[in-house]
Amino acid sequence: MSPNLHIAFRFLTAKKRAMLMSLSCTVLGVGLFIVTQATTSGFEDFFIKTILGTDGALRVEDKMQDTLRSMHAGGGSDFLISHREGVKYIEGVEEPKLVVSGLSQFANVSGTSAVLRGTVVIRSSFKNESAQVFGIDLDSHLKVSDLQHQIVQGSLAALRESPTGALVGKVLADRLELEVGNSFVLDAQGQLRRYRVSAIYETGVSDIDKTRVYVHLPEARSLLKKPIGVTFIQVNLFDKDRAPADAFQMQEVLKHSARPWQYREKAWLSAFRALSVSSAITVSVFTLIAGLAMFNTLAMIVLEKTKDIAILRSMGYERSDITRIFLWQAGIVLVIGAFAGALVGGAGTFLVSRIPLPINGIFKTETFQVSWNGWHYVEAVVTAAIMVMAASIIPARRAARLEPGDIVRGTAQ
Amino acid sequence: MNPSPSSLLPSPGAGDAGAIALRCTDLHRHLGQGEGRVHVLKGVSFEARRGQVYAIVGPSGCGKSTLLYLLGLLDQPDAGEIAIKGQVMSNNDDHARTAARGAHIGFVFQFHFLMLEFTSLENVMMPMRKLGKLTPAAMTDRAHQLLASVGLGDKTHRLGTQLSGGEQQRVAVARALANEPAIILADEPTGNLDVKNSTMVFDLLTRLARDHGQAVVLVTHNPEIAQRCDAVRPMRDGLFV
Repeated sequence: MSPNLHIAFRFLTAKKRAMLMSLSCTVLGVGLFIVTQATTSGFEDFFIKTILGTDGALRVEDKMQDTLRSMHAGGGSDFLISHREGVKYIEGVEEPKLVVSGLSQFANVSGTSAVLRGTVVIRSSFKNESAQVFGIDLDSHLKVSDLQHQIVQGSLAALRESPTGALVGKVLADRLELEVGNSFVLDAQGQLRRYRVSAIYETGVSDIDKTRVYVHLPEARSLLKKPIGVTFIQVNLFDKDRAPADAFQMQEVLKHSARPWQYREKAWLSAFRALSVSSAITVSVFTLIAGLAMFNTLAMIVLEKTKDIAILRSMGYERSDITRIFLWQAGIVLVIGAFAGALVGGAGTFLVSRIPLPINGIFKTETFQVSWNGWHYVEAVVTAAIMVMAASIIPARRAARLEPGDIVRGTAQ
Repeated sequence: MNPSPSSLLPSPGAGDAGAIALRCTDLHRHLGQGEGRVHVLKGVSFEARRGQVYAIVGPSGCGKSTLLYLLGLLDQPDAGEIAIKGQVMSNNDDHARTAARGAHIGFVFQFHFLMLEFTSLENVMMPMRKLGKLTPAAMTDRAHQLLASVGLGDKTHRLGTQLSGGEQQRVAVARALANEPAIILADEPTGNLDVKNSTMVFDLLTRLARDHGQAVVLVTHNPEIAQRCDAVRPMRDGLFV
């Protein structure tokens, strides 16, 4: 152990009460930072998981057609009249197989599912509701969604075995008083077809659960009278965060609009980000308090140890040694505080994750959602380190500036 | 307990006895500011030889302690020169003066000035650890020998708070000798002790310093102590008289 560290340790342990106060503030600051970030990020992550599990990482939909950008003035002139650049969208994907083939060339694409969507009226023996029918190829769709984990009644096997089977959202099923095995009619502009409930799903997203009915793609084609083409192709990606870049490339290559999840859910994501920043600011106040406590402790030690500083300086300890001795004290509190704070943060996060909190609407959960992310611990420790060390510099430098002659003279007289 | 002569340490500097360890020339020092500014030292010159014990005496406020702190490089003169072992140090930067203090000067202060959270052994080892010339084992050995030589061989692991005033001052003497300095400066080293302890500390200081060939400069109000020194330099109004 270096002499400076040794002296720092003794100075610190001599002021047990003040040191424990600084330590508890640091532990509390780090712990609360971790818990708050874990809960805020937990809900954001869960929301992202939900939206990726329902509508996929991105959707390739309407075909894009470049509009005329310039035209000859006519009359044998070479003069060109410029038009504003623009893109015309043709609804849907006319040739899904070609587009799917093109999408398979993207290394980040992990799955694609062609979906035909249409507005219908669903009629049960109890009442009618407007709904949206989604024609899917079940196996393909399972690769781009969490549908298999969203089934709350019935089974996907029943849908696979029944050409006229359907998956109905829980809210819609409740409204129509439909159970697994019940039949219902879908009415698409006068085209009536009867289906049977193979399973009831629940995503937790109320807009989906109250409107969507999944049927086999050929059935949807017959119902909606669309023998070719699809409404969109849902795409899943290995790296979800690269969706915007991939979407841009897909648009360029496939000439179809592509909307990444970040763009699609921009409003909610912005709200979560604002909440995250807000809570980070709040918990930074706790680490600021830790810094102030450290400042207070060190300032007190400097005042009480002026004689010791004079002794050290008279023995050949330099100003930089005195600064280091006080910074070491802050460092010791920081290291112990960060370690204990991380443990407290981890334990707090675990306990919070057990708190019952039923939420339904934008996602479905029964308990507090937390995120176990190592970066939260790194951020908490770095924030505490900045606060504590910054707060320690002033007393440490003040201690180093003390003139040994002045101290000794003052004490002697 | 008085140390036995056999417990004394080897004296590497003893061979240089008589050589000038410290010299100051025409030192001036003002203290305070504005109207309260006082000319404390008014051109003091002084030299101290190895193996000799010097007493600086005089009434309070005559500038004894100010001179001692200047000689110990704890303070800087407004004018004049201080040379340690022939090297002028008074105008050097803080880094050089601090290094010189660590290597060549040992201090004994009036109010013990032990670091109370540390044991006797740790207090004595502290200057050695900073100088870093010896191995940890050699430092421990030397600290044990020094404490034995001041009669505290059985109290090496006692904290400063667990020692009496006299014992604390004896540890301070041992600590002042830790790096075998050429000069020992003592500011009223017995001023806070009873007669018995005063005598013991003074005897220790002078005997060890003579054996080790160190120049000892002490400031004292005690005429008995002063009379037992090799030279007495009375001061009045910032000058030797």
